[in-house]
Amino acid sequence: MAPDSMAQGPVLRLDGITKRFGALVANDAISVTLAPGEVIALLGENGAGKTTLMNILFGHYTADAGTVEVFGQTLPQGNPRAALAAGVGMVHQHFTLADNLSVLENVVLGTQPLWGARLDMAGARAKLVGLAQDFGLAVDPDARLGSLSVGERQRVEILKALYRDARILILDEPTAVLTPQQADALFAALRKMVAQGLSIIFISHKLHEVMAIASRVVVLRHGKQVGEVAVSDTDPRALAEMMVGSAITQPELRAATPGPALLELRKVVTPDRGTTRGLRGVDLALRAGTITGLAGVSGNGQAALADLIAGLERPSAGEMLLHGAAPAQWSVAEALGAGIARIPEDRHKTGTIADFSLTENAILERYNQAPFARRGWLDWRAARDFAQSVIRAYDVRCPGPDTRIRLLSGGNMQKLILGRVMELRPQIILANQPVRGLDIGAITFVQTQLLAARDRGAAVLLISEDLDEILALSDQIHVISEGRLSPPFARGTMSATDLGRWMAGEGFERGRDAA
Amino acid sequence: MRLEVIARPSLGRLIGFPAIALALTVVFGSSLALLAGANPFQTLGLILRGAAGSQFALLETLNRATPLIFTGLAVAVAFRAKLWNIGAEAQLYAGALMAVLLGTGALGWPSALLLPAMAGAAMLAGALVLLGPALLKTRLGVDEVVTTLLFNFIMLLFISMLLEGPLKDPMGMGWPQSSRLIPDARLPRIVDGLRLHWGFALALIAAILVWVIQSRTTLGYEMRAVGQNRQAAEFAGIPVGRVILKTALLSGGLAALAGFSEVAGLRGNLSLDLSPGFGYTGIIVAMLALLNPIGVVISAIFVAGVFVGADSMSRAAGVPTYIANIMLATALLTMVLAIALTRYRLRWD
Repeated sequence: MAPDSMAQGPVLRLDGITKRFGALVANDAISVTLAPGEVIALLGENGAGKTTLMNILFGHYTADAGTVEVFGQTLPQGNPRAALAAGVGMVHQHFTLADNLSVLENVVLGTQPLWGARLDMAGARAKLVGLAQDFGLAVDPDARLGSLSVGERQRVEILKALYRDARILILDEPTAVLTPQQADALFAALRKMVAQGLSIIFISHKLHEVMAIASRVVVLRHGKQVGEVAVSDTDPRALAEMMVGSAITQPELRAATPGPALLELRKVVTPDRGTTRGLRGVDLALRAGTITGLAGVSGNGQAALADLIAGLERPSAGEMLLHGAAPAQWSVAEALGAGIARIPEDRHKTGTIADFSLTENAILERYNQAPFARRGWLDWRAARDFAQSVIRAYDVRCPGPDTRIRLLSGGNMQKLILGRVMELRPQIILANQPVRGLDIGAITFVQTQLLAARDRGAAVLLISEDLDEILALSDQIHVISEGRLSPPFARGTMSATDLGRWMAGEGFERGRDAA
Repeated sequence: MRLEVIARPSLGRLIGFPAIALALTVVFGSSLALLAGANPFQTLGLILRGAAGSQFALLETLNRATPLIFTGLAVAVAFRAKLWNIGAEAQLYAGALMAVLLGTGALGWPSALLLPAMAGAAMLAGALVLLGPALLKTRLGVDEVVTTLLFNFIMLLFISMLLEGPLKDPMGMGWPQSSRLIPDARLPRIVDGLRLHWGFALALIAAILVWVIQSRTTLGYEMRAVGQNRQAAEFAGIPVGRVILKTALLSGGLAALAGFSEVAGLRGNLSLDLSPGFGYTGIIVAMLALLNPIGVVISAIFVAGVFVGADSMSRAAGVPTYIANIMLATALLTMVLAIALTRYRLRWD
């Protein structure tokens, strides 16, 4: 199927796609067209219906109404092979690659006939190398996937789609795992593909990226298509307001009044755990009345640092000081006893117990302390009162304290976690990805709470993969890369690009010498 | 096709689907009776009458339910914390062994002291039997399904060895069985002249205690938290390993009470046919009860009723008692499905 023969009509046409889940309308008559050589961005908050729409395109769901046309032909509903065969390729946010195979094997996997006598590896290799050169996606075909970095894995994932002769590429939040520089490299590769006539759908909620790569933007909100604009006719602020449906108010930022260091790490080392990178000699000081931002590509030791402060991990070397003194023991109980508020990265798996009620979840960290327990007996009335007060004070939208927490949205779940720890007016706050996946209203609420805690003198460690969030909230910023920590950078001294260089590991030797 | 969670299931759903499951079980059991050449209605009638048609039948059912309540509670407690104790059979025999060791004359205490001592020793033995696999699980990550299951065979062979050797009743005419308990070591009947013994009352008390532990104590909260989401429990500072060990002690102790109650309440001695798989049937009982301790009492009585009723039906109608096993298996499968359907809706799309 030569692309130029199709140059007239759109390569992809989604027409009036409607999908309901019970009372929820996930997609309400969405219509999108994609021209050859065009990049469009699909923009929307979590739950806006982007993933549902792509699942319908790929035949994982069947639409209640509407049709999918690829190169002028209607795709049969509910057939995942049809979209692939028609030349649509998807690069998932979470890679679907096998760690123990080589790059070439990963790319070939699933394309060869099951009962074939032998694999045509030489031909496959030539094709893969050719594609890699054409698009500037350099990878070693014989490298084992497990040894590759996240950026390289993403290249493999893209090459996998191209190897299957995809003419339409769908990228789901592709920059979430990349440094700004890696993202730029990705964009360069995407532009080469577009120049060769491929078409791209770019799913994101990062506005400046959308502005940089796309020519048109389709905005979804609560399942509805609320806008479609050319990038040249809009700006990030207008897009954001279209995405959210209202004017956006930034949390108010007052000048910081730094106090003494409440938590200090000196040359702290923690062991690697499986795929979790440990810390390699980290120096960190969390001062009263400040927010310390931790930037970095995910998987570079953020989890180890968070586990350490949360009490789940102990330093194998180096020193940890709490209020100036080294704790004799270190465990979750000690961390809680020291008044550390912990907002975990994964609110579903770590922060809450899905089938427990709001009441049961509210007392999760203090179930065996007064007033919730006496001599091993639980006081459900005290627990319920506490849950009620958190629900009221933190605006947790729910039917009541006896509701199972799995029925709550992510934002309301996060508000309960926030309330559970903030009610104690903690002095040290560990906020690990506190707003990931939340809608703008909840994001503002959580950020306002963190800023309020800082203003009353708490020391906050904010771990995030979103540089904009780090830059907006932090009084000082560290970058973490391969378990090492950069020196602190004061507010306003670093741009996203500067941080990106540190995120890629540059500057660490220099930084070490300077320190 | 996928499942959709129902936030608030209607009463009709909550009653309707289990009722359909029960009906399916009855229909399936009846068709088997038909295949065996019997009148299905008569067969069902006989089962019902055999299980609950007279005072004698009803008390027989409750007697049979007693060990099942204990093993059902043992399984429910363990499964709630995601400790897969398949070894209630071994723990039951450990309890029975202690009852015999202390109750055949070794201790000349009065009943009021001797029975609690026997029960306590039984619980301790059962707890220790499960402690091993639990330690292997928490320390080394050994799968407790394998270890507890295999322990059943070790325990049976061990008991067999004892019954052929040191514990063999010298008056037993060569049968592999222990001496009989002294009268003070026997659990009395609840009402004079009726066969139901105090073991049943003990089982009810145990069920209530387990319910109180699970819903009102920090230990119960810990056990449920560890079972529902181990990662979150760890993050919250719950000592997961210790909670699993405590759960194992409680579960093993409860299963051992089944052995104590059978020996001291019903049999009066120990032999290898003490339990026709009460430990395994306890799993069915607990699953049917959705691991709810009060539900265990009800489902144990139901399961016991099917067994007792089928026994009596078999004698009268000549249909093999295997029908009881098949009916229970059907009941379990359909009931598990029905219970899922009270909470989830099937969506075809």
